[in-house]
Amino acid sequence: MDLAGTAPTGVSPVGARPARRPHLRRIRSLARAHEHHLWVAGGRAAALVPLVALALTMVVLAWKAWPAARVNGLHFLVASTWKPGSTYGAVTRTDGVAHPVGASYGAWPVIAGTLESSLIAIVIAVPVSIGAAFALTERLGGWLAGVLRTAIEILAGVPSVIIGLWGALTLGPLLANDVYPVIARNMPDLPALRFFKGPVGHGEGLATSGIVLALMIIPIIASTTRTLFAQVPALPKEGGEALGMTDWEVSRRITMPWVRAGIVGAAVLGLARALGETIAVAMVSGSLLNTVAPNLYGTMGTIAATLVTQLDSAFVDGTGFEVRTLAELAVVLVVVLLLVNTAARLIVRRAGGIAAPVGTGA
Amino acid sequence: MSSRRRRIADWAFRVFTVAALVAVVGPVLWVAGGVVARAIPHWRWTVLTTTTNGASGGLLNAILGTLVLMAGVLAIAGTVGVLGGVYLAELAGTGRRGRPRGGVLRSATEVLAGVPSIALGLVGYLALVVQFHWGFSLLAALLVLSVMVVPYIARGTETALRQVPTAYREGAEALGMPTGYALRTVVLRSAVPGIVNSLLIALAISGGETAPLLYTAGWYTGTPKAALFHQPIGYLTYPVWTFWDYPSNQAHYLAFDAALILLVLVLLLLVAARLVVNRSQRHAEVRQR
Repeated sequence: MDLAGTAPTGVSPVGARPARRPHLRRIRSLARAHEHHLWVAGGRAAALVPLVALALTMVVLAWKAWPAARVNGLHFLVASTWKPGSTYGAVTRTDGVAHPVGASYGAWPVIAGTLESSLIAIVIAVPVSIGAAFALTERLGGWLAGVLRTAIEILAGVPSVIIGLWGALTLGPLLANDVYPVIARNMPDLPALRFFKGPVGHGEGLATSGIVLALMIIPIIASTTRTLFAQVPALPKEGGEALGMTDWEVSRRITMPWVRAGIVGAAVLGLARALGETIAVAMVSGSLLNTVAPNLYGTMGTIAATLVTQLDSAFVDGTGFEVRTLAELAVVLVVVLLLVNTAARLIVRRAGGIAAPVGTGA
Repeated sequence: MSSRRRRIADWAFRVFTVAALVAVVGPVLWVAGGVVARAIPHWRWTVLTTTTNGASGGLLNAILGTLVLMAGVLAIAGTVGVLGGVYLAELAGTGRRGRPRGGVLRSATEVLAGVPSIALGLVGYLALVVQFHWGFSLLAALLVLSVMVVPYIARGTETALRQVPTAYREGAEALGMPTGYALRTVVLRSAVPGIVNSLLIALAISGGETAPLLYTAGWYTGTPKAALFHQPIGYLTYPVWTFWDYPSNQAHYLAFDAALILLVLVLLLLVAARLVVNRSQRHAEVRQR
């Protein structure tokens, strides 16, 4: 596009066109004369929206969660019970907060499940993403690299409910039939490796959740890592090759150190996404509330998945206490995610302002 | 280190990178192929023309509902996100030491992008659906979805504007254009492909979301009504999420059909977004010559 084509030939925009109705013309010329102010006013209002939305989100969650937090106490973070209590009328009060008799909530199993499944996801996703990014930037070129890059971007955009459907119907049963039994059988029977042994279940559980999460965060980490690798200048790499270094040595000693901080930042961004992922995990985890998974294959739950699966049954609680407890759970998740995201951005900023994608890699 | 060991390490590394690439790209094909393979054998075209009846029937209500939601998100989040991005890139000005201002606003946008969608959905439910007595409603769903995608659009717009050459702004100023007029006709026009790209991606995200809609939009088996309040609305992710583990084949087929339609819709949007960027890049190369 060239400038001459876009600007009106008369240059001066005010009164460039003879208007038939004078009052309309005056309004138009006024608007044009003050167009800058209109842009600033509208832009300032719009730029404030995320700040206001963020503040309102925090306020609403805290306001709903506070009574539950007072009743549940700090105990909430370490206890392993999820009992709504008697929902047939018997209501009691603790510190002035109404709740059903026998209500007792502890979130440790879902907190542990969130951390474990995200840890598995990161352990799988980081090396795979780095390897794929290497293959894309250093090995392949031309149209094939373009096609594969697009495929990764598309994976980032596939709705999580579809990945969950595939995980629950295809991947989970496949792993439970053909992969988990092999691992469980061949793992040496040492106390340290107990976690990998035992019953393998039917494909819903910790390991499947971790693998599905890995699949969902790979696009984020891989596309950021690929951008980073592409920014490494060619001269040091060529120097390394001239000294007789192999590809592996060039990658390990020159390329990786160059972008290490950026990769750590990308991995932490991926971790944040894994911690907050809801629907896909709810479909493949087994949605357990009361127990920490006994081994790698056991059914479990995560905070985000619990929010979406329990809200329906929480309506049954006439005192609204279970809904408040879910809000408290949401506060825990949001606070953890804010810390993780902030850490990621600080790392990325330190790495020299490398532009990491906001959320998905698309 | 012996040269033999070095060679083996190098070979292992090469194999690993290619295997990693396969591990990344393979699942894309597997997921897409899996959805197609489950949906096609039982596909009926009446799915597109009839509404849901219990856990069987068609998906017309869900398709129209998703399109209505997308249009609403485009109107609300599109306006807010583009204006916000324009402000951050062009109008916030520079503060002391020549640093761009608006740091707090930009940080808030990034933090908001990190809040999980289920938390936003829960807030929408607690505040809009219950406290404001809106009930499951179109407006509650639109506001939650918009808050969710505004950061993407604002970020995309800001990035697109920052890539417009400074010479364009200087040229416009030298021609005596008023600032606002130059912004609209010269700077923004050059950034249109980048902005459209971020809008299309935002539409793909909002079309594929489930968690924030379950407790704000509810679910409705009739075609969407022209009402903002007290009227739930259907959407394509609901049948997948709800019907996939129902104990009936009809329900399963409906879930697979919904997944296929959703996948096609989202892929079309993502490919369109890609094409817009590719075309603009071709333009950019021509321009530089």
